[in-house]
Parts: sequence; C-alpha cells; structure tokens
Amino acid sequence: MAGKAQSRAVGQHIFAAFEAAGATEVTPDILQPAEALLDLYGEDIRARAYVTTDPLHGEMMLRPDFTVPVVQAHMAEGAEPARYAYMGEVFRKQDHRGTARVAEYFQAGYEVFDRTDPEAADAEVFALFAGVLKPLDLNATIGDIGLLRAAVEGLDTLPARKAALSRHIWRPKRFHQLLQRYAGLSPVPESRVALLSGAAQSGAPWIGLRSAEEMAARIATLKADAETASIAAEDVARLDALFALRCTADRAPAMLADLGIAALSPAIERLEKRLAALDAKGIDLTALAFEASHGRATMEYYDGFVFSFEAADPALPPVASGGRYDALTRVLGGGREIPAVGGVIRPGLVADLGGLS
Amino acid sequence: MSAIKLGVPSKGRLMEQCFGWFADRGLTLRRTGSEREYAGAVEGAEAVELVLLSAGEIPRELAAGRIHLGVTGSDLVREKLADWETQVCDLAPMGFGHADLIIAVPACWDDVDTLEDLDAVAHAFRAAHGHRLRIATKYHRLLREFLTREGVADWQSVDSQGATEGTVKNLTAEAVADITSSGETLRANHLKILSDGLIHQSQATLFASRGADWGGLERPFAKLCAQLGVDLPTL
Repeated sequence: MAGKAQSRAVGQHIFAAFEAAGATEVTPDILQPAEALLDLYGEDIRARAYVTTDPLHGEMMLRPDFTVPVVQAHMAEGAEPARYAYMGEVFRKQDHRGTARVAEYFQAGYEVFDRTDPEAADAEVFALFAGVLKPLDLNATIGDIGLLRAAVEGLDTLPARKAALSRHIWRPKRFHQLLQRYAGLSPVPESRVALLSGAAQSGAPWIGLRSAEEMAARIATLKADAETASIAAEDVARLDALFALRCTADRAPAMLADLGIAALSPAIERLEKRLAALDAKGIDLTALAFEASHGRATMEYYDGFVFSFEAADPALPPVASGGRYDALTRVLGGGREIPAVGGVIRPGLVADLGGLS
Repeated sequence: MSAIKLGVPSKGRLMEQCFGWFADRGLTLRRTGSEREYAGAVEGAEAVELVLLSAGEIPRELAAGRIHLGVTGSDLVREKLADWETQVCDLAPMGFGHADLIIAVPACWDDVDTLEDLDAVAHAFRAAHGHRLRIATKYHRLLREFLTREGVADWQSVDSQGATEGTVKNLTAEAVADITSSGETLRANHLKILSDGLIHQSQATLFASRGADWGGLERPFAKLCAQLGVDLPTL
C-alpha cells in the first residue's frame, strides 16, 4: 500500500488538474456537526461514521465524505455557477478486512453547480476524470438513476405504490419484493389477510410514540392498495429488463427505446444529449460500459447520471466514482435547489496502481 | 511448559452446562480453591489450562489471542468481532444456551407483522415525527447487517444494555432487537415478535482463536480435538 506522503502527492497532482479545469478550492472542516449529516446519510455511511461529543457543539463527526459539507457551504453562501475542488482525508470505520479497506484515506473531488446545461456538466466531470486517470487504463462504467426513477414514475398504478418503489430504488432486494407484491406475484402474508378482514385486533394496551391514528391511516392505505388492480406482469418484465440492461454506451439509447417503456422517452433524450457531449469531449462511447443498474446498491444520494472507474482487481473499491445529486441540494437548500454533479478520486488507490506519471 | 488456555463462563447455569459438556467427553473441569476464586483445573487432558471469564469477555479474549479456546454464545462472537470468521473458528455447537435474537414491536400494532410492514411504518413514522424509527438493542452490528440485507430503511438503533423490553413503554424506542428464549418478558411488556424478524439463533459454542500462539501446542490440540470429537481446524 502507498504511504501517506505518496498518496498526498498524487492527490495534490489530481487537485491541481481540478483547479486547472476552473475549480475554486474548498476546505470543509474535518470535524462536522453530526446531527444534520447523520440524518442525510444512508445506513452504510451512518454506521461507519466516527461520532464524538464536544462540550460546546454537541455531537460531532469526522467527515466521512466531502460532498455534503460542500453542498451545505454552497447553498449557504455560494455564487452561481460554481466549480469546487478539494483534497483531504475522509474517515470511515471498516467492518471487514481487505485491501484498501482503510479507516482513513484521501479523497480528491470536483463538484459542479451549474443550471445552464446539466448534460454538458455531466460530461465535463466525467471527461475530466477520464483525462486525469488515463495512465491507469481503468474500466469506466456509466449509468443513470434518472432512467429507473422515470420508469417507476411511469407505471400505471397508485401514487403510493410508486412512492414506495422509488424510495427503494437504492435497495434492490426490497424494491423487487415490493414490485412482486404490487404485481400480485407473491402470496399475501396471512397477517395482512387477517388485518384487512378485520380479524387482527389484538386489543393489546397502546404503548409507544406511534399513535393509533397513524396505524388507522396505514390500514386505510393498505385497504386502498388491496382494492387496486395489480401492476401488469408485462410492466414488471419491462422493469426487470431495464434493470438488467448492460451494453456499450453508444448502443444504450436504442436498447432502452426497444424496451417499450413510454415513460422513458425524456430520460433517453437526456442520455442522448449527455452521450453527444461525452463524444464531443473525445470519449470513445464504443469502449464505455453502460449499466442501467449501475450504482443502485452503493451510491446513495445520487439521483441521475452516475459513473465509476474501476481497476481490474475486483477486490479493490472503485478508484473514482461520482454522479448527479440534484435532490440533495433540495434537501439542504431550504427551499432552494441547484443541479449538481461531481465525483471523487481516491489518490491512495491511484498510487497503489502505479501513480499518474 | 506452555498450555492450551480454555476460557469458560465463570458463573451460573452456563458454567455448569459447560462443565457437563466437557465431562461427557472425559474432561473434568473444576474450580480450584474457593467458590469465589476464578481459577480452575482440567483433568483428563494434557496441557490444558482452565480460565474462568465473563461470557461477554470471551470473544475479545479469543480475538486478542490471550486464550486459545473459549466457550461463549454464537451471538456474542458475531456481535463483538468484526469479520468474526477471520478471528476465530467455531469448533462445535454445544447444544445449550439457546436464545433467539429477534425484532419485536408493540403488540398493539395490528398492522405490523413482517419486515415489509416495519419498513413501511418506519417511513411514515419518520415523516410524522421528524426522526427515524428507533430500535433499542445491544446487538448493533447484527441488527444493522440484518436490516441492511433485508432492505429496511428509515430506522436507527439506540443503545440499550439492559431492560430493553421497557424502552418502548418509556418512549425511548419504537421497537427492540433482543435475545429471547421463551418470549415471556416480551409478552409481559406488550411486545410481539415479527414473523420474519429472526436475526440469529444463538447457542453456546466452542471457539478456537486464530490469533493465539499455537506454537508447540499442535500435538495436545490434535489430541484434545480427537477427545472432544471435533474436526481439527486449520487455524
């Protein structure tokens, strides 16, 4: 494994490339207020954050990631459009041993906040990363969570079902179990049958913070769901085909159109625009992998374009990853939002793989 | 001369059952000195030394290599040791100390019986109350791994080292993840077990440390394994 000095030198080289691309340096604190961040992160980062108590500031955490503090800083005081770069340590507890499973490592990142042309910004970030990482000959993959969201939104079914499915796009197992349930393809649990027939009234004393009214509301939702027609099996098959789609990027729009999901059209148009922008930046689309499910299980808070660069060794984590996170700016913006895309490179892994010169 | 250090729970029924398990295989474990002294002796095997420890400390002692063998609950090893299989090797389930680690919710929640229900309720709860649905437990790792694998969101664990079943009534949690054998304490506290909420079925298990110094102990360890009727592991 590369030493700290070596990793830092690689990180500074990458950072210089980001600055040369027009980014302003941002230096978020290593110690971050924990509460807001813990609320935003998914279970994975939450469980792995180092949290401690400060006598004046309450719960603080060692930053597990730069994106959220950078978005917070931008939403608080940033001018538009903005391009930011950073380089520094992040901290994550590791539950498993293994190469590159270190609790403290460098990230060099580049984030773009620009509402003029989102697809051009996507291509700008990806092409910048591809250029920086060129000497390593990594495997690049792109995807688009926006396609998955559009396909779910386009289903002919109850809004409550679509909302439940959208919420679990990042958790494939639960997503597919729910989809099977809404399509009538899995048996209804006995307890649900009993509940809906009115037979499941425990009469147990009420305890806990959740109120009887909240339970009544859920039972009403379940009744409305039970009275609604199942999602058509063909629609489930189309979704499954979408999630399984893998091809080279140049063929992706045609393959997606062939799925016959009408709701995908606007998202496919955006993909075509993004691919054209990538092509204009000199990216070879015939050598770039497209996976519709890319980033689904690992890249929380990304909600559009996603990408990663990986080494041949499958035991190594991605050398670089990133994507679009418009929704996160909405959550942190207090009513304001701005299209945002960015990514990070792990200089330590780059150094392990031989460096950039 | 060096000896194989065998760590065994230092008190109560678990200790007695443990002594019984070894006695059935021709090894007599006993305390030396007074009832209160945590030292012991082993008869019927060569180069084995008894160390009496709190069951909860045995996983850590095994991981640190301060004992070679140890008896503790399979739940405690999985909870306390990251990547437990790389640190210890399970030699034999011992057939006692059975307990299930389960998730339980208020019995009055007529609409909740499965993890699917729990997940849906957690989402609505977070929207209504402004914080995630809290699950009280001391088994944070096992709970997190289970709910992550099952795709349950919008929950958080809160630490409870005792009287966990009371946390819901006390409004410090909405659900619990705890060990139960008969379920009586849960029922008495107006809780019910989710039908698919079984996280781990635990029992007392004999573990071997991968990190201990086994140098010069290969022969007595092979003989001991043969005597106990367990396969000699690769450590």
